[in-house]
Amino acid sequence: MNTESLWQIFISASLVNNFVLAYFLGICPFLGVSGKMETATKMGGAVTFVMLISSMCAYGIHALLVAINAPFLQLISYIVVIASTVQLVEMFIKKMSPALFRALGIFLPLITTNCAILGLALFQTSKSYGFVQSFVYALGAGAGFTLALVLIAGLREQLEFAEVPNVVKGTALTLLIAGILSLTFMGFSGLGS
Amino acid sequence: MSNPVQHKTNTGFFSSLKASPSTDEFIKGLWRDNPVFVQVLGMCPVLAVSNTAENALAMGLATAFVLLMSNVLVSSLRNFIPKQVRIASYILIIATFVTITDYAIQAISVELHKSLGAFISLIVVNCLILSRAEAFASKNTIGKSVLDALGMGAGFVFALFCLGAVRELLGNGTLFGFPFLPGGFQAWIVMILPAGGFFTLALWLLIFNIAKERRSKT
Repeated sequence: MNTESLWQIFISASLVNNFVLAYFLGICPFLGVSGKMETATKMGGAVTFVMLISSMCAYGIHALLVAINAPFLQLISYIVVIASTVQLVEMFIKKMSPALFRALGIFLPLITTNCAILGLALFQTSKSYGFVQSFVYALGAGAGFTLALVLIAGLREQLEFAEVPNVVKGTALTLLIAGILSLTFMGFSGLGS
Repeated sequence: MSNPVQHKTNTGFFSSLKASPSTDEFIKGLWRDNPVFVQVLGMCPVLAVSNTAENALAMGLATAFVLLMSNVLVSSLRNFIPKQVRIASYILIIATFVTITDYAIQAISVELHKSLGAFISLIVVNCLILSRAEAFASKNTIGKSVLDALGMGAGFVFALFCLGAVRELLGNGTLFGFPFLPGGFQAWIVMILPAGGFFTLALWLLIFNIAKERRSKT
């Protein structure tokens, strides 16, 4: 059992060890959907939601796998649970709010292959967090992911009006901005410890 | 609807090798459709473990192995997997091979396993492997899928090594742990830090873009 306080876990997951800018998890949606502010916020919300559910499921599965002594099934069962969670969330949103479903579009099923979610489940297991700690960890990771996505989307929207040489446009430019953002986030190191 | 730029990019240094289709399956992954520099797939491990050349090489080889094995299995089972559950089946196949790789690396070198950390397990969600299974192996024969996997795997190893070598050389002054630069060299710590990964990858993409632009002009 890990003894870190909940506040520490939240700050560490969202700012100091930001999933996108320090661990490089979830780079694909980070590069793909960070063009517009609106989609970035929605994507952040969806990812945080899936993170919360799959983190709680991962906690239960880990306890079960330890009980039946089969740790080699960890990876396979985690990915199956994440895939089915995403499927469930998709069906739920489709039924409850078709408007939100249309707005999220293709991004929803793509969350399955977002490494931030599997990474979160694996990290919380290796850090042996308790149930409440796992929940807060997922919340912090989701907040950090959303923050990074929104920051870069805002910067990219501004860059639309700037004069940029043709060769730099696109992924190269986004990566350069991400590098600078990552440098700024290093200023948070030591916070909350 | 023909795009002149697209045709031109296919000519160049490797065009002489295009005579037989099997070499083309291999070369396209290594160079023309390089998974990292051209298709920008599988970015997370590329940035995270490329802080030294050794880590980058090990990660590249592990990914290439999983890619090869899953391509072979997906291709040989392509007539038996129902269309509706294909993605789930692919992910299960990939997860099985990743688990094997994870345990194998742990058996070979505990130290390496520690420095790669959770990123070996995260090969499961590498978009490159899933995209090759869906876009190529599920539609082609086993032989072709093997060639495709070898080409894409080699391209991935090559790209990871390019990044890892640059970052280790500038950030530490060494290559594979051996001192490589003259003694007076002041190491750029930023290159080993996360930010250095973003900068180095941006630089390589820039070089590839400039090369592409040159080719389309001539």
